[in-house]
Amino acid sequence: MWHIIITSLPEMISAMLQYTIPLAIISFILGLILAVLTALIKFIQPSENKLVKYPWLVLRAIADFYVWLFRSTPLLVQLFIIFFGLPSAGVELSPFIAAVIGFSLNTGAYASETIRSALMSVPQDQWDAAFTLNFTTKQTLMKIVLPQAVRIALPPLSNSFIGLVKDTSLASSITILEMFQVSQQITAKNYQPLLMYSLAAFLYAVVCTLLTFLQHYLERRTSRYVKGSEA
Amino acid sequence: MISLKNVIKTYDGKEVLKNISVDFPDGKTTVILGPSGSGKSTLLRSLDLLVRPDSGTLSFSDISLDYAQPVTKKKSFDIRKKTSMVFQNWNLFPNLTVIENITTAPITVLKQSKEETEKRARQLLSQVGLAEYADRYPSQLSGGQQQRISICRALAMNPEYILLDEPTSALDPELETQVLLILEELSKMDQSMIIVTHNMQFARSVADKIVFVEDGEILFDGSPKDFFEHPTTRIKDFLSGITFDDSKKLK
Repeated sequence: MWHIIITSLPEMISAMLQYTIPLAIISFILGLILAVLTALIKFIQPSENKLVKYPWLVLRAIADFYVWLFRSTPLLVQLFIIFFGLPSAGVELSPFIAAVIGFSLNTGAYASETIRSALMSVPQDQWDAAFTLNFTTKQTLMKIVLPQAVRIALPPLSNSFIGLVKDTSLASSITILEMFQVSQQITAKNYQPLLMYSLAAFLYAVVCTLLTFLQHYLERRTSRYVKGSEA
Repeated sequence: MISLKNVIKTYDGKEVLKNISVDFPDGKTTVILGPSGSGKSTLLRSLDLLVRPDSGTLSFSDISLDYAQPVTKKKSFDIRKKTSMVFQNWNLFPNLTVIENITTAPITVLKQSKEETEKRARQLLSQVGLAEYADRYPSQLSGGQQQRISICRALAMNPEYILLDEPTSALDPELETQVLLILEELSKMDQSMIIVTHNMQFARSVADKIVFVEDGEILFDGSPKDFFEHPTTRIKDFLSGITFDDSKKLK
């Protein structure tokens, strides 16, 4: 048994470093950017100025549609449409790019709601105090509201990130040789499904455990100002 | 001087300010009194545009504003520059240290230099007896300390008027006294202030002018002497209603 593990580990770890982790990190960063933009579009009330208000309402409709679309359809189906479907519409993407687009859009849709709820959880009192000091909306967001929202959003965003790491296994279905796909290929040769898939599960768990530590570290850092926090 | 004329504000069809006209003189302490829900806070917040009345005008030395018309960013900036609000629950920014709470707005909004602003902030903090708390976070301080810091935060913007919305209502009597002493000091220094409060003793000792509001209307506008010594029947009821003594037993 140890022999099998030792011979297959390098291949699986290499697939993890080459695909699983880059896919997760790149998609999460892009998804997070998308999520913040989407959340802000939905959260901020546009000024009465018609030149701002109507374009803003159009953006908001697009944001609503986007979140609805990606939350209402399965991630696997989204990946299939992007990779296998779009070529018939003349858009051909490499498997990696297709996977990044699918994962980012999917993560962005869910995380935007997380961020929006974190923004809503900062009391109106904070906005009042900022406005009486003549902060603009943007300054209030940057200096007051977002730093407080980040702390609140961290645990659920960590959920999304950990979920994404595991969801990268779906990329195997669009021909990417990520870790799970590699474990399937090795299984096909050595007929050890229990051992090989357990090994894959173990490696996912290792990555997710490290992420949990990162989450705890970030939580401590962003909670410095909260009463009773250790720092 | 700040003057409001014919100010009307409705929330969901209910009139909370009914055609209010009132002046708040320079260099004086005006105290706004009245029962809860009378429109006191709405009146005060209208001055800082945290509440937008439906109609009426605000004039503030060289600036005048029609509440019924759209307010430009410039005008709202100019008005808020002349005023600073102190809130009932102080509303300090929990993510910033005490000194950052005071300096962030002067640095960001007024573009003051960091060194100058911090120097002034430390001065203000020592005036309210909190110099050694500069680098703490608000959550590590008591309510009374936080309120004193929020007064520093307001003063650091060098406003012409400080607007205080029940600044001691959330404090226990000992902490309340610490805050009131500071306000009394400011009042003696002829800082223009408008204070909504329920503390009659304080109103009596610091007010240059009293405005009594009930149901969105001003029922009294005059000197504290007249208010306390020659009260109308309604004011007499109000004053006796908030005084605790044995003559009032629940029937």
